[in-house]
Amino acid sequence: MTGSLALIWPAMAAAFLASLVEAVEALTIVLAVATVRGWRPAGLGAFAGLVALGMIVVALGPLLDLVPLHLLQLVIGILLLLFGMRWLRKAILRSAGVIPLHDEATAFASETAELRDQARRHEARLDWLAALASFKAVLLEGLEVVFIVIALSAGRGMLVPASAGALAACLLVAAIGFIVHRPLARVPENTLKFAVGVMLSAFGVFWTGEGFGVDWPGADLAIVAFAGLFLAVSGAAVVMLRRPRAEVLP
Amino acid sequence: MSALATVFRELVELFVDDGALALAIVAIVVLAALVAALVPQVPLAAGAVLLFGCLGALVLNVMSAGRR
Repeated sequence: MTGSLALIWPAMAAAFLASLVEAVEALTIVLAVATVRGWRPAGLGAFAGLVALGMIVVALGPLLDLVPLHLLQLVIGILLLLFGMRWLRKAILRSAGVIPLHDEATAFASETAELRDQARRHEARLDWLAALASFKAVLLEGLEVVFIVIALSAGRGMLVPASAGALAACLLVAAIGFIVHRPLARVPENTLKFAVGVMLSAFGVFWTGEGFGVDWPGADLAIVAFAGLFLAVSGAAVVMLRRPRAEVLP
Repeated sequence: MSALATVFRELVELFVDDGALALAIVAIVVLAALVAALVPQVPLAAGAVLLFGCLGALVLNVMSAGRR
């Protein structure tokens, strides 16, 4: 029971935070489309993206039950390691100032500029192009959410808490976006990516190990220890990366 | 067709951003699989390779990116 509880909250929190980041990114593009071409193509594209996502989940979901548990854990674990450590790497480099922070306002400006440029070249087809941009954003960011939910719940009955976390994040971002009609530039995206990268990497090590038949000490609680270790090492990496920069300052 | 290629490329980019880090992770997983197969009586050895290998690969990768 303790083990299950130890897994439910990290799974739900990781799904919520990761989905928050993805939903904010999708919202930025949908809002850019709405700003340039109005809500009709933006809404239609986003709706079509959600329908396509739903069809993918309905088509592929039952297939997961046919995959042997150890194989599923191994594949999902490796994908989680690739996905989580990619986020963590970027978050460390951004926190240390090696690469610039992701800026939703800049992304919004860049997307609207691109759509306006397309408007000059293909006026007649622009509604389609705008709807396609909205569709692609919702589909691709949504696929990341679906992957995270499936990965966090792999074979452990965590589908409901992970889905609830993801759904809550998507509804929250959609509601705020609907009210403010602006990209959510104040979301501390790098901090969220740092936290999610730590959690997904910890889940990745755990699932991959389970796939190899490793009997982790403390069972599910090992995930919390792995997350602590990834957090400590990543924090130390940020400090080490910042130090040489501080030395050259007057 | 180009839209499909774009979607496929973006799907790959979900998992692979820095090729060196992705390769290092795959190498660590293969090494852990070898350890699990060669030393099945100590399953934690594969786990240790996996955990510390990933942590080491992450630190080396970001340090190298910081120097560039």
